[in-house]
Amino acid sequence: MSTSPVVEEHETPSPDTGGARADLRPEHIRDAVIRLAGNSQDGIQSAGAFLARLAGRSSQDVMTYMTIPSTISGGASIFQVRIGSGEVLSAGDEADFLVAFYQHSYDEHIHYLREGGVLLYDSDHVQPDPEEKRFVHVGVPITGLTIEALGGTAKDKGKNIFVLGLLAKIFHFDVEKLKKLIAERFGGKSEDVLNTALMAFQAGFAYPVGNVLTRLYHFEPVEASDRAQITMDGNQALAYGLIAAGVRYGAGYPITPWSSIMEILRAELPKYGGLFVQAEDELGAVSLALGMSYAGHLAITGSAGPGISLKTEAIGWASMAEIPLLVVNVQRGGPSTGLPTNVEQSDLYQAIFGGHGDSPRVVLAASTVEDCFYIALEAARIARKYSTPVFILSDTSLATRIEAFDEPDLAQLMENSAPDISPRDGEFKPYALDHLTHHAPPGSRMLGGKYPVVTGLEHDEMGHPTGSPKLHTAMTAKRRRKLQDLAAEIPVPEVHGDPEGDVLLVGWGSTYGPIHEAVNVARERGETLSAIHLRHIHPLPDGLEQIFSRFQRVLVVEMNDEGPYGYGQLASILRARYCDPKIRSLTKTDGLTFRVREILEGALQ
Amino acid sequence: MTTAIAIPEEREKLTKKALTADHPTWCPGCGDFAVLAAYYKVLEKRQLPHENIVTLAGIGCSSRFPYFVNSHGAHFIHGRAVPLASGVSLSRPDLHVFLFGGDGDGFSIGGNHLEHGARKNINLTYVIMDNFVYGLTKKQTSPTSPIGFKSKTDPTGAIDHPVNPMKKLISAGATFVARSHATQVNHMIQMMERAMDHQGFSVVEILSECVEFFPGAFDSSIPRKGGTFTVIDEKKWDNAPEDEARHDVTDEIAAYRLANLPFPGLFGVFYDIDRPTKNALEKKWIADTRTKLGNRSDLEILQKTFDRMK
Repeated sequence: MSTSPVVEEHETPSPDTGGARADLRPEHIRDAVIRLAGNSQDGIQSAGAFLARLAGRSSQDVMTYMTIPSTISGGASIFQVRIGSGEVLSAGDEADFLVAFYQHSYDEHIHYLREGGVLLYDSDHVQPDPEEKRFVHVGVPITGLTIEALGGTAKDKGKNIFVLGLLAKIFHFDVEKLKKLIAERFGGKSEDVLNTALMAFQAGFAYPVGNVLTRLYHFEPVEASDRAQITMDGNQALAYGLIAAGVRYGAGYPITPWSSIMEILRAELPKYGGLFVQAEDELGAVSLALGMSYAGHLAITGSAGPGISLKTEAIGWASMAEIPLLVVNVQRGGPSTGLPTNVEQSDLYQAIFGGHGDSPRVVLAASTVEDCFYIALEAARIARKYSTPVFILSDTSLATRIEAFDEPDLAQLMENSAPDISPRDGEFKPYALDHLTHHAPPGSRMLGGKYPVVTGLEHDEMGHPTGSPKLHTAMTAKRRRKLQDLAAEIPVPEVHGDPEGDVLLVGWGSTYGPIHEAVNVARERGETLSAIHLRHIHPLPDGLEQIFSRFQRVLVVEMNDEGPYGYGQLASILRARYCDPKIRSLTKTDGLTFRVREILEGALQ
Repeated sequence: MTTAIAIPEEREKLTKKALTADHPTWCPGCGDFAVLAAYYKVLEKRQLPHENIVTLAGIGCSSRFPYFVNSHGAHFIHGRAVPLASGVSLSRPDLHVFLFGGDGDGFSIGGNHLEHGARKNINLTYVIMDNFVYGLTKKQTSPTSPIGFKSKTDPTGAIDHPVNPMKKLISAGATFVARSHATQVNHMIQMMERAMDHQGFSVVEILSECVEFFPGAFDSSIPRKGGTFTVIDEKKWDNAPEDEARHDVTDEIAAYRLANLPFPGLFGVFYDIDRPTKNALEKKWIADTRTKLGNRSDLEILQKTFDRMK
C-alpha cells in the first residue's frame, strides 16, 4: 500500500510566485500511485506508458494497471502508474494522484483517491464537489490550454502529452529523458507529429501548477543498478521469451487479451527465419502449430479461455501422439464471452483437466511481467524434454500492465531451434516404453528402413494402432509418468516471510505482487504472515506438504469462484492432492486484481 | 541419441516393397485399395528421397492411409488434417506433403479448413476419396450423399442438398482441381502426378466406392457396369479448329460449367492456374526481412529489440 506522498489538508495556495516556490518544503517520496482517468481515445495509455518507461530508465521500479473498455472505440478507460524507489509489487490499492479528464472520470474514480491525495482535473470538463475537503484540488483547463498550444487542427488531441508535461513538473521528472522518449515514440512519424507532441509537453510543463500544490515532490534518488532495466508489458515479455526459447513457428486466432502476442510473433518471427500464421479458427491454429511441431519445430499456439475450449480436441491428440506444443492462455473473465477485458484466474481447471480421456499436460503460470519472459523458457524446456503439451497461463492484468525489470542475459539464455533430422538407427521406436519419446521428424532418414507414424490412436511402441488392454495400460502410464518425473525435478517454491507460523498464503499467477506486498505490510506491522507462489501448477512440485505442515492455516488466494464446496480452483486441487483440511480459500470474482487490503483482511481475520 | 550411426552412402531404389507398411484394414472390394496402389506407383515412378515423403490424414476409413504407407506420417484428428499439413508444409519446404481423407473429413467437419487451405494456396497435394457415405461409423449420410440416399440418419432418404466438390474447391480458390475414379488406375496416377507437380493447393477428388454401405453408387461412371467414364478434353493450344471446343483449365467459369454437369459428369483436370503460394509469399517476406537486418544473428536481433525497450 502506498504510504506517501504526505499532503496535508487543503491549504490556500499563495498566488503568483511562479515556478518552484521557495516556501514549499521539498519532500522525498519513495513511491507514488498516479491514476489517469479518461476515455480510451485520449491516449492516456501512451501517457502512462511514457511514465513507466521513464521510471525504468531511471532504475526506478514501476508497475502499471489499466482497464480498457470492450467497446470498439471509445469508452471510459484508466491507466494507473505506480512508480517507486523501492520494490513495487502491485499497482496500488489507492491513488495518490488522480488525473480526471471528464466529469465521469471524476465521479467514477474519486473514491480511489486516498485521503489527502491530489486531484488534478480538467477544469474545462470537471466540476469537483466543492464540499469535498479531503483532497487537494488542482484545476487546470487542460483541454483549452492544449488547443491553445497546438492551434486549431489538432483540436484537443495532445491532452495526454500536456498532462505528461504537468506531471513532469510536479514530480521533477527528468525532462530531457522524457523528451527523448517522446522523440523515440513519435520520431518515426512525420516531423509535424513530433513537434506537436513536444509543444503539448512544453505547454504542460510551463503551466504554473506549483502554485496550487503544497509540497514539492522528488523521488528518492535510486542508485543506478549495473543491469539495465527493460520496460514492457506481459504479452511482450511472453512473446520475446518465446523467441529467446528458440520458438520460431506458431499459429493463432485473434482474441482479447491474447492478440498482441500473436501480433508481435507475426511481425518478429520472420526476422529470425520463422513464421507465425493467422489461422481461420482456433482449431485450425492449434492444428497448424501441431503440424509445425510434428515437423520438428517446437511451435506455439494460444488464446483466451473461449478459444482454448475450441483447441481442446487437438491438445488431446498432442498428449496421445506425444507431440511437444506450447499453449498460451491469457485468461480473462468467463465463462463464454464473459468479461473480455477484465482479469480472472478461472481457467485453471480447463488447463489441467480440459481434455477428453486421460490426457496429461503440464501447466505453468507466470507471476509477474518479468516472469512472463522466463516462464516461456521453462515451458519450452519442459515441452522439448518430455515431448508433451505445456500450458502457459497468463491473464489480462499481466498482459496489459507495464513493469520494468532487469535486462535478461540473452547470450546465456538463447536457445537453438533447428529440427533434429539426423538419421535414426534401426533400433528407433517412436513410442518406446522404457524411455521418453523423442520423435524423428519427417526428413530424418530411418536407417532400419521403417518409417514412423505418429498417431492419436492408442498404439504400440512402433506406432501401430492397438486395442490391447495391456498396451493401453502401459502407454497411459508412460504418458502419466512424464508428469511424475517432472514433479521430482522442479524446485520447491521458497517461502516469503517466516518459514513457519499461523498463516501461509498460497498464490499462483498474477496475484504474486499483492500477496507479497500483503506479507510485507503485515510484517512491518509486527504480524506474522508468509507466502509461497506456485509457477508449476500441474504437476505440483514435490515437497509442498512439508511447507504446509509448518503453518496452522494454508490460505489459497486466487481470482475465481469458490464453487459449490467453498474452495477456489487451486485450493480444490491442493485439497484433493494433500487431503489437508487446513487448506482454505480466499477468492474473488469482481474482475479486478486483488487489493493488498483485501488479502490482509482475508488472511488476518 | 544419434551418435556413431553408420549412414549408408548408397540409397536403395524406392520400390513398392519399401513403401508398403501394414496390410490395409479396409473391407474387401473397397475402392481405397486402388487409390493406395496408385499412390505407391506414383512414388515408385518419381523416386523422391524416402525421408522427405510425408503421408498425413485425418479420420475416416480412407484416413487410415498413413498406416499402410511406409513413409513419415501422422494420423490426426477428424477434419483438421488440412491445417496440420499446412503447418508441415509452411515450416518445412524440403518435404513433399501428401494428405489423404474422405468426403466427411474434407467437406463436412473440415469444410472451413479446406476453404482456407485453398484460399491461402498452401503447397500440398490432397487426395479426397469420396464414397458419398460415412463408412467408418457404418452408414450415415455424408455431405456428398445424393438426395434420396437412405442411411441410418436419413431412413426415408437424404433431403439435404449435397456438396459439389469441384464447385466448392474452385470457388474456395484451390489452384489445381481434378476428379478421378478408383476404377481407373492410370487416370488416377496421371492426376496425382499432375497434382504433385503443381505449385500450390492441389486437390484430386477420387470416386471410391464403399461396397459395404453404398454399393453401386458409381455404376453410372463404370463402363463395365454400363456407365460412362468421360475424360475432359483439355485445350492443346495447337490452333487446330477443334481446339476451340476444348476445355481451358485456366478458365474459372468454364471449369464451373463443367462442374455443373449432372452425375456422373466428367473426369480430369477442371482447373489449374498459377498463383503465388503462401509458402513462397511468406518465404519472400522472411528473406526480405533478413536482408534488411543484414542477416544478423538471432541473439543480435533480440538484443537490439531489448535495447529499444530500455
